[in-house]
Amino acid sequence: MNQRPLVLEANYATAVEADSAVHVIDVPATNLAAPPRAPSRRATKDPAWVRVVCILGALAFLGLFLMVPLAVVFAEAFKRGASVYFASIREPDALLAIRLTILTTLIAVPLNTLFGLASAWAIARFEFKGKTALITLIDLPFAVSPVIAGLIFVLLFGAQGVLGPLMEARDWKFIFAVPGIVLATTFVTFPFVARELIAFMQSTGAEEEEAAIVLGATGMQTFWRVTIPNIKWGLLYGIILCSARAMGEFGAVSVVSGHIRGETNTIPLHVEILYNEYQFAAAFAVASLLALLALVTLVIKKIVEYRAHQQLLESQKGVSP
Amino acid sequence: MNQKSGNKKSRGVLPGFGISMGFTLFYLSLIVLIPLATIFWKSGTLGWEHFWGAVADERSVASYKLTFGASLIASLVNTVFGLLVAWVLVRYTFPGRGLVDALIDLPFALPTAVGGIALTTAYAPNGWIGAPLAKLGIKAAYTPLGITIALIFIGLPFVVRTVLPVLQELETEVEEAAHTLGASRGQIFKRVILPHVMPALLTGFALAFARAVGEYGSVVFIAGNMPMKTEITSLLIITKLEQYDYAGATAIAVVMLVISFAMLLLINGLQRWSSTRHAA
Repeated sequence: MNQRPLVLEANYATAVEADSAVHVIDVPATNLAAPPRAPSRRATKDPAWVRVVCILGALAFLGLFLMVPLAVVFAEAFKRGASVYFASIREPDALLAIRLTILTTLIAVPLNTLFGLASAWAIARFEFKGKTALITLIDLPFAVSPVIAGLIFVLLFGAQGVLGPLMEARDWKFIFAVPGIVLATTFVTFPFVARELIAFMQSTGAEEEEAAIVLGATGMQTFWRVTIPNIKWGLLYGIILCSARAMGEFGAVSVVSGHIRGETNTIPLHVEILYNEYQFAAAFAVASLLALLALVTLVIKKIVEYRAHQQLLESQKGVSP
Repeated sequence: MNQKSGNKKSRGVLPGFGISMGFTLFYLSLIVLIPLATIFWKSGTLGWEHFWGAVADERSVASYKLTFGASLIASLVNTVFGLLVAWVLVRYTFPGRGLVDALIDLPFALPTAVGGIALTTAYAPNGWIGAPLAKLGIKAAYTPLGITIALIFIGLPFVVRTVLPVLQELETEVEEAAHTLGASRGQIFKRVILPHVMPALLTGFALAFARAVGEYGSVVFIAGNMPMKTEITSLLIITKLEQYDYAGATAIAVVMLVISFAMLLLINGLQRWSSTRHAA
């Protein structure tokens, strides 16, 4: 394994002997490992004042539009003390909202995860006509405004809706009820797991799975023992992102919920009601739960990126020519 | 091994195409395609007069102008500052860089309603940023400026995340070569770096714009929601629904959907252009 690259390198070195930049050629893999490199060479180095202005400009922009709003959430939540904070979270309406949000997430996320696995298997492991079109269709919910996503289900299941008479005859209620909230949430978070997994599986390639099948493993064994371990970080990140979005969805749920306190209120809707009633400390206290969830999502994203990267390096070590 | 036999082999060896494809199409149709088709079918039953009446109504037109205008300004701001942030993250080291890099994605992860009330509180006349602005005579919250601020917030990660990897893969040798040939830093930026990141920059802009046009949660709190003045199209749809004007809501929603789908196709095209350029 060591011989060939060495020879290649030597050939290259003799060919461009005089070029001082040749050392960059030898190890492409470590380029991936290095964090965005800090340039040390003259030609790519900006004068100090340019650097300072750029960094300050970027930080000022991020401060105004990211850091301050994030800080405001926690500052306002604790403005009236920890006792008000915890009382707002433990209040019965808040607890019911949390329960409904968790229930919705527990239905929507597993369904979308199952879909993500199936679609990634079909798209990343097989060639067929219309693949690009299928990927575009999977992305469709990203392009639909959340309000319109909610409206779609009102038009389908509402009293005036296409299936309205049928629903009424059976005494089913989807709109202004829990099933509508679950459906709207499922629609809005539909592409998250699929997108992560398709990208992840396309980058890993099918060789290991093909080897397992050729060696006599069944499809299920291959899936559980080879595919799942390979994609676990992408899968985890997809699920986390999907859950965060499911818990935080506001526009679509707002349209189908009817805002019935203690019945069809999710956490974001509860925040809205508290805020509109000028109970700012309580609104931000409940909102801070969602903000914490968002921060946890970001931390997990960083971990997953790091792990996926380690995995990529290992596999490159393993399959070098 | 040629491409054709490679494909044939992978299709022959791996099982499960039928069932995974079947489930994919079934679930896609059930959750996305059939519900979406409903809205187009419903708008078809409205009749042209009725449809056009709702779409071209004075109040609707005012909301389009506001929504698209604010979205355009917000995504332009994000394009400029997104490039700056990506540049700073890739090229410079400074304390807290890792933290900044992680926080960029906050608007993806933070629920829009939480972002909305936080921005409103920060930019209200007595807020952390709103108070100094008020002293300068600038009113941010409850004005079109406030709407633009919220749209900058939610569109912020798109440009950074599309441009950053492209900047990372830009070989410094190219810049060195330009330098050796006598180009100044400014010329290198204009002639080497900018053309290189242009497809990614356009993609990021289009993604941020598409997101901004349909945004509701983060805008509705800071907007003020005055008809004709600070009422965005998403809110107008909700208002019509609350007044049981299903036909009007449907008509406006269909127009917005068609625009969104056109944007999606454009973005796909841009991404393909970008990837073929970088492959070449």
